[in-house]
Amino acid sequence: MRSKILIGLVTVAVALLGWNLYNIFMVVPDEANQGAIFRIIYIHLPTIFTGFLGFMVALVSSILYLTKGDMKYDALAAGVTEVSLVFAAIVLVTGSIWARIIWGVWWAWEPRLTSMLICWLTYAGYLMLRRAIDEPAQRARLSAVVSIFGFVEVIIVYKAIDWFRTLHPQPVLSVRGGGGMAKGMEGPIYWNLLAFVCLATAMVMIRMKQDETSREIDSLRREAHQY
Amino acid sequence: MKLFLSQALTIAAKDLRAEWRTKEALNASIAFSLVILILFSFAIDPESMPEFAGGLLWLVFSFAGALVLNRSFARETQNDCLDALVASPVPSAALFLGKTAANFSMLLAVESVCLPAFGFLFNISWWTYFWSMVAVVLLGTWGLTVVGTMFSALTVNLRLRELMLPTLVYPVMIPALMAAMELTHDLLNGQPLAGDNLIWLRLLIGFDIIFTALSVTLVDTVLVG
Amino acid sequence: MIALEADAVWKYFGDFPALRDVGFKIEAGSIVALLGRNGAGKTTLLRILSGLAKPSKGSVKIQGAEVRDEPTRRRIGVLGHGISLYDELSAKENLILFGKLYGLDDAAKRAEYWLEKTGLERVRDGLVREFSRGMRQRLAVARTFIHEPEVLLFDEPFTSLDDKAIAVLQRLILEAKERGSTVIMSTHQLREAIELATHAVLISKGKVAYAGERRQEMIGDPGWLYRTYEGESA
Repeated sequence: MRSKILIGLVTVAVALLGWNLYNIFMVVPDEANQGAIFRIIYIHLPTIFTGFLGFMVALVSSILYLTKGDMKYDALAAGVTEVSLVFAAIVLVTGSIWARIIWGVWWAWEPRLTSMLICWLTYAGYLMLRRAIDEPAQRARLSAVVSIFGFVEVIIVYKAIDWFRTLHPQPVLSVRGGGGMAKGMEGPIYWNLLAFVCLATAMVMIRMKQDETSREIDSLRREAHQY
Repeated sequence: MKLFLSQALTIAAKDLRAEWRTKEALNASIAFSLVILILFSFAIDPESMPEFAGGLLWLVFSFAGALVLNRSFARETQNDCLDALVASPVPSAALFLGKTAANFSMLLAVESVCLPAFGFLFNISWWTYFWSMVAVVLLGTWGLTVVGTMFSALTVNLRLRELMLPTLVYPVMIPALMAAMELTHDLLNGQPLAGDNLIWLRLLIGFDIIFTALSVTLVDTVLVG
Repeated sequence: MIALEADAVWKYFGDFPALRDVGFKIEAGSIVALLGRNGAGKTTLLRILSGLAKPSKGSVKIQGAEVRDEPTRRRIGVLGHGISLYDELSAKENLILFGKLYGLDDAAKRAEYWLEKTGLERVRDGLVREFSRGMRQRLAVARTFIHEPEVLLFDEPFTSLDDKAIAVLQRLILEAKERGSTVIMSTHQLREAIELATHAVLISKGKVAYAGERRQEMIGDPGWLYRTYEGESA
């Protein structure tokens, strides 16, 4: 059953991405100001949303672990955070490329990129913490707490840096394409978003299976050593 | 409630008394911050220092503070004192607040040496808006302390404690540091706390309240296995 | 009166059950020797009984109340592997500190009393870091008893104690029993423990292999319990 879902998700994702790629490169026109590079938004935006959705799932999962004690929630939180971290990295890379082409700099200290960088560092810390703890229950408990702190902090940072940059005017990457986009250009964003969410879900499922197996091995090892 | 406060105070007094006997963390922290200040004088042209003063000051505070905060729960692992405290009737929240209060005092002690030294070495008059400055230092230091003490509790039993504590805690401190730096920068450059600034003051106060509440709620989960 | 009751306690480390369906009742006034090989789950169980860890399933009640409740913790005394004393504080300061934490109004007086009882009154103002090992152990014992707990939990209390300290501790344990307190001590030092014990609990591979009165066969041949009961719980 699980592998059927997995294959289903990946197929949908690949199909959507394929169709979208055609759309993005063949159908959608060049953007008026930025030219061809604007198409990077079709990866950049959906990736941000998927990543953030992931961190929200991690938060809920961490809280559920602390209240219910079921290790599955811990596996979900860890898996989702790992996958979201990859998506966050993609945001940073695509943002950087975009900045380079448009503004001629590899990195712009603009609100969203900076807060995404801090977000990435926070959750990278979460993963490092997990590697530092051998005992599964302790690892689950402590990393759940860090996940909660991390999420609250990321929200605050996002707002704060927004204020910071409005008070210190900087060249800003226009990432919020919502209202100002011509019809026909918006569509691919949402299709890609769907594709990425499917892909992310598939990756999380694989990760969770790995986690289950590794916990089984760990418990067998404990049993063997104990007695 | 009265019992809770008196227990927290007992813990705070214990930490401060123990620290005062050795003064290890205080001395190391003050010495370290003076070294950083000297390094800054090489890194940045002292004439353009007013521009950077606000930010640099809080960098010094947070690095020096890390020395104090790391020891906070770490000192309890010696002789297994932490187990005795957790097993005692003291609620984890009281234990946490007591330690945070002690760390807060120690950090303020370090800062009260640092700030005048900073003013002296770089010719910066920090007393123009004295009470505003005090308010910002108090609020900012509480933010750093509360988060630092919480993560000290979280990492206390880990084998990589000295690595994990800074890795985890500095990102979480960023909003408080940002706000404190902005406010200090304005105060040192002759702008009182008013108008645009107040957004940072609100952020700092909000940070303090949110993270104190979050820490007090989650500290028991972290300490009991 | 039931002083301590463990009910269907399970403790998981990940997927591995360190304690499986552990249950027993202990009457007030008993001295219980908690026995078991290394890795059997004694320390895990003791940590749960002391309120330092929570069971994954099941419950532990002390005098009918949850262990982690504050009023309950006031009635428990714990002596673990470490001495749980602050090196930079004096003997008296340490005792007063713990006296206050346990809610004693006359912490200073009680501290003085226990310093005398453990023979440390002359070094009351000395810092713990200057104490010899024996002195630290005696002070640790004083700290455990200062609030006259009704339930005492010891993790290998006789290990690395010198004769004098062992005698002091044995005397204190018997006095506690006279008062109606309950003592649970996990131990490898079978001889010293069995001499005092009224009951024994044997933990084997996370399960309770034996929970009952001290048997005649155990005195003089402490290994008897292991041999007789270890085979039964696979």
